[in-house]
Amino acid sequence: MLLDVKDLSLRIGAVNLLDRVSFSVDRGQVLGLVGESGSGKSLTAMALTGLVRRIGGIVTGGTITFDGQELTGLKESAYRKLRGKRIAFITQNPMSALDALKTIGDQVDQVSRLHLGLGRKAARAHTVDILTRLRIPDAATVAHAYPHQLSGGMKQRMVIAMALAADADLIVADEPTTALDVTVQAQIVMILADLVKKRDIGLILITHDMGVVAQICDQVCVLYAGRIAESGPVGQIMEAPRHPYSAALIGCIPRDDMAPGALKGIPGSVPSAADYGAECCRFASRCARADHRCTTLRPEMTPHGQALVACHHPLGSDLAGPRSSFLTPEGAHVQSR
Amino acid sequence: MSNPVDPILSIEGLTRRFTTGGGFLRAARSMTAVRAVDLRVARGDIVGIVGESGCGKSTFARLAMRLIEPSEGKILFEGRDVTHARGRSLRDLRKKLQMVFQDPYSSLDPRYTVRDCLEEPFRAVGEKVPAGRVETLLDLVGLARSFADTYPHQMSGGQRQRVGIARALAHQPDFIVLDEPTASLDVSIQAQIIALLQDLHARAGLTYLFISHDLGLVRYFCSRIMVMYLGSVVEVMEDPKAAPCHPYTAALMASSFSPDPKARAEIVPLEGEIPSPFNLPPGCPFAPRCPRALPRCQQELPQLTTATGNGRVACFNPIEP
Repeated sequence: MLLDVKDLSLRIGAVNLLDRVSFSVDRGQVLGLVGESGSGKSLTAMALTGLVRRIGGIVTGGTITFDGQELTGLKESAYRKLRGKRIAFITQNPMSALDALKTIGDQVDQVSRLHLGLGRKAARAHTVDILTRLRIPDAATVAHAYPHQLSGGMKQRMVIAMALAADADLIVADEPTTALDVTVQAQIVMILADLVKKRDIGLILITHDMGVVAQICDQVCVLYAGRIAESGPVGQIMEAPRHPYSAALIGCIPRDDMAPGALKGIPGSVPSAADYGAECCRFASRCARADHRCTTLRPEMTPHGQALVACHHPLGSDLAGPRSSFLTPEGAHVQSR
Repeated sequence: MSNPVDPILSIEGLTRRFTTGGGFLRAARSMTAVRAVDLRVARGDIVGIVGESGCGKSTFARLAMRLIEPSEGKILFEGRDVTHARGRSLRDLRKKLQMVFQDPYSSLDPRYTVRDCLEEPFRAVGEKVPAGRVETLLDLVGLARSFADTYPHQMSGGQRQRVGIARALAHQPDFIVLDEPTASLDVSIQAQIIALLQDLHARAGLTYLFISHDLGLVRYFCSRIMVMYLGSVVEVMEDPKAAPCHPYTAALMASSFSPDPKARAEIVPLEGEIPSPFNLPPGCPFAPRCPRALPRCQQELPQLTTATGNGRVACFNPIEP
């Protein structure tokens, strides 16, 4: 396994923001981290890249194992050797990820000069090669351009080029297409999917768009309010989601075969971190299936088919019915921690 | 619906050119952001305008709203020519014709409470705020009345956009221009806002002009679609759910990701970039990226005249349904 995250918990100040988050990604695989804003997706990305300390985050439990190496508690100097070189990060907004005062070429060169020790000329040749592979026409000329001379899609490809310049093994892409047009989004997503296959690297794709997930991810991990709601193979989660939250997220994608009024959205919004409860399902207040148990007992990750689901009343289990399981006396004692 | 008996908004040959640069020893360059667009909107319609950034859809919305002046063309609202309306008559028009902006983070004044913001439309035209109107508006958009005294920074993006919608509804307009009202929101919140807009449409008998780059969303929400590319309308679809006939519409559709993992690998991303609007090719502006381009497409500009059975298309080699 290239990256294995187990029971990762994290706090900033007194607020616990991630609560026992587990997932893993192998070479040649795309893992989708999905959820609404405020569910902890970007924070997870920052934890993986060791950037979370910069904003005062403290890992309070769990492990992050990258290629056999433990990353929690790693010194900043050691992290610096990994970050950019073996674990690359593609940020959400290409407009602010690039330095406005340097040419594109200089910015991409910088990565290979620093991490691969290439000389000026070799670095530029490397850069042009990467840009060409990202299907940038006339890459040598584009390398002389400044960010403001490029379109949004081109800029995002430059950020991807920087992520690739040091031959990273794992790319963490935080909503790489949110700021882009649909046609450009399709281009970028296809470029990323292609890279994973050709270079046999791992990709963690953070997004709130279930459409993107369905198209390129192998595994999906649905985050809600700092916890994992459901994780498993993309086919099962998209076709038969068990967690009401995953189902609701999928129901938010407008489709032309929907009846008018069928697109409802999810009522309410993600609770703020200060209001996170410990002994409850955090989705309970927005969930139509919630009952007393959901507000008093934390649901544990339970296998359903090939997926793990944290729900007391998962979908597709209606034979048991929420009410009957609610009445089961032992229900109240199961794994309360 | 192509010939509505009573169009609430009727637009003929609307064109807007922008000129930039120009100065000592330097020629000014001009580009046509919106080129000869015709549109008739019947009462109760939801017309969707789709296209990538830079296609002129927002400029078109601002022209229709009379926020910027057209270079050519005519705008008729409820049969009255408002192309050059000023002063009093423009203010009266604005009461009936409102707009919801794209970014709820910058379209609300950070120093105004929600109440100030909802009273502003009345103060702006020198009217007294009807008693209880703020509360009614908040109810209408599904916000708790306690929000009246909060500031925008205390609200989430979805809540702010609800305030933006409430503000547009203040004067009980007949027509609302929605300029990508959900582009900066999460999908779950986007769905909430669309549901709210659908509900208001049914309850208040509104007519919408809905600008978006998301063809999937437009096909779900709108009753007619106009597809724009580099300032020109390339296809009008009377039935939004029918198959597209213009290669560009087809490419847009192919670029949206289906939530069905089995429908993978059918995505053929559109290659190339949009040409610069300052330096358009002589023929069809889409020809350099078009998989169906003929030699004729490089030379001659197709007009929006070819009937498709589902509207019209500006293409010499449209996809047969």
